[in-house]
Amino acid sequence: MNTGQNSIRSQWRAFTDNAVTFLAILATAVVVLPLLAIFAYLLYKGAASVNLDFFTKVLKPPGEVGGGLANSIVGSAVLLAEASVIGVPIGIGGGIFLAEYGRGTKFANAVRFTADVLNGVPSIIMGVAAYALIVSPHISWLPFVGHFSGFAGGVALGIMMIPTITRTSEEMLLMVPNAVREAALGLGVPNWRSILSITVRTASPGIITGCMLAFARVAGETAPLIFTVLGNSFWSTSLNRPIDALPLRIYVLALSPYDDWHRMAWAGSLVLIVLIVLAVSLVRYVTSRGVMKGAS
Amino acid sequence: MQPDPASLPPEGQRPEPPAEASGIRKYLMSRGNSAIADAGFHWLMVLCAFSIFGIVALIATELVTHSTETWHKFGLRFFFQADHDPDTHLPLFWDPVNGHFSALPFIYGTIVSSILALIIAVPLSVGVAVFLTEMCPKALRGILAFLTELLAAIPSIIYGVWAVAVLVPIMREHVNPLLATYLGWTGLFVDDNPTGLGYTSAGVILAIMILPIISSLTREVMTAVPHSQREAVLALGATRWEMIRTGVLRNARIGIVGAIILGLGRALGETMAVTMVIGNTPEIHRSLLANGASMSAVIANEYAEAVTDLHRSALTEIGLALFIVTIIVNALARLLVWAVTRGTPPRVI
Repeated sequence: MNTGQNSIRSQWRAFTDNAVTFLAILATAVVVLPLLAIFAYLLYKGAASVNLDFFTKVLKPPGEVGGGLANSIVGSAVLLAEASVIGVPIGIGGGIFLAEYGRGTKFANAVRFTADVLNGVPSIIMGVAAYALIVSPHISWLPFVGHFSGFAGGVALGIMMIPTITRTSEEMLLMVPNAVREAALGLGVPNWRSILSITVRTASPGIITGCMLAFARVAGETAPLIFTVLGNSFWSTSLNRPIDALPLRIYVLALSPYDDWHRMAWAGSLVLIVLIVLAVSLVRYVTSRGVMKGAS
Repeated sequence: MQPDPASLPPEGQRPEPPAEASGIRKYLMSRGNSAIADAGFHWLMVLCAFSIFGIVALIATELVTHSTETWHKFGLRFFFQADHDPDTHLPLFWDPVNGHFSALPFIYGTIVSSILALIIAVPLSVGVAVFLTEMCPKALRGILAFLTELLAAIPSIIYGVWAVAVLVPIMREHVNPLLATYLGWTGLFVDDNPTGLGYTSAGVILAIMILPIISSLTREVMTAVPHSQREAVLALGATRWEMIRTGVLRNARIGIVGAIILGLGRALGETMAVTMVIGNTPEIHRSLLANGASMSAVIANEYAEAVTDLHRSALTEIGLALFIVTIIVNALARLLVWAVTRGTPPRVI
């Protein structure tokens, strides 16, 4: 009798164990499914419109054949260059502080925590702040200020890059073994020189990876650009005027009622996602190969 | 390291090195004092770190100063009440042209769509985390982890474009009628919306977007549980699921709650995909299949074309509320995750 109960109980336990395993596998399949669906759909809809014209011509009015999103791609490149100029040095600087000077101090912990929290602030808030800071004030003698401009969008994107780069740089610098620093300092190299030419240099593959990750993240951002750069259907690379950006143009095209424009939106999405997947894969490849192993 | 003697300044112009000094020491003494450079570099790095506080302060002050007009006119009423039409007594939530402003429908839409997203995403992402950390064969783990990471890297706008073209028609044709048939008795699912947009569609796309965040953080806190815990439970004769439940999930639960809250923070602020599928109707409906609006979506839609200064300041105030809420939610989540992963090496999500 006792053994019979035990066998029912152990069968029940085995059954729940199998059931949970099955549910976990099912959950994983359900999660991976939308990813594959998005890729397949973008390829199916967008691939036909990605041709040379797409990269070299400006958008045509609906109904006309041809045309591309060249101005949007160039505009995105200009914005991302500006964002990198703002975000990369400050971000790496913050990372150097956290890893080299502030280790274990309260100030460093506060910076780290604030960076993590700032990472979670919605991008649209960055757009509102950039609007309030740059677009809305009317100061005539300042360049870039007082109207929609590429500059304002670049600032918003650059600010978004800072916390990510700070945290990844810190992590990469922490992986550099102390012996390397001690060796440099033991030779009497000044501290700043040892940090820049030895520690940062050793961690540079990781730091570059972190920068690319932040870059890939802001490359697809639309929300902070809507009311800062505004968008532009014509050629413009000036930071002082409204400029176009690829994600922003996709948004406009996707919500338009024209089939031609929908096709362009698909093609633009495909190009954007391929760029981002390439960046993320590269990051994954570099980090999985263990760049830091050479240092330790 | 030994410098060419010819390149050094002549004797007499530099301090005389001790007779027994090595070549390196001689060379370094000739380079002079680097205290100023060192201190300067140090303070430059401190400044970079400090800029993170500066950014938060800057955003806060900009949002506060640009929303004063609404604050003075409506006060806290802005978030809790709405004007009513004198004739029909229907609420007038948001009518910028006639000066009616209330954040109520947007707060409602944001909360409803985020909660829907959590209901869908939490079981799935914990399932994925359990599978990847405890069950998955090693060869598959890398690929699946990479795929979920990719899901996190896809821009919001692409989710939105995909949702409008694929998800919304599926919801309209298949899912919404099913929900109305089987869950219609709750009164929450009334299929009277011919568009397929609405709270439910927004919840589904949000769930897809926050899944990778929750699952990767859950994975992290589960990995942080020491192996001895698992071994101890298994040694007592537990099955794998019993081991996961009592040995891993119970130890990691605070961190998992943190991961869920972090996902909530992401869902609250998600803009583009929600803007494209929630319907952008500033009304409050009990039916989850009806069109709604969210805080981030109304900012994205109306900020550039705000009709009056009051309108823009009302939108900024909605942004300020969103900023404060996401800061609190994220801080809470980080604290909870840290409580579990403290001691293990940090990782950026």
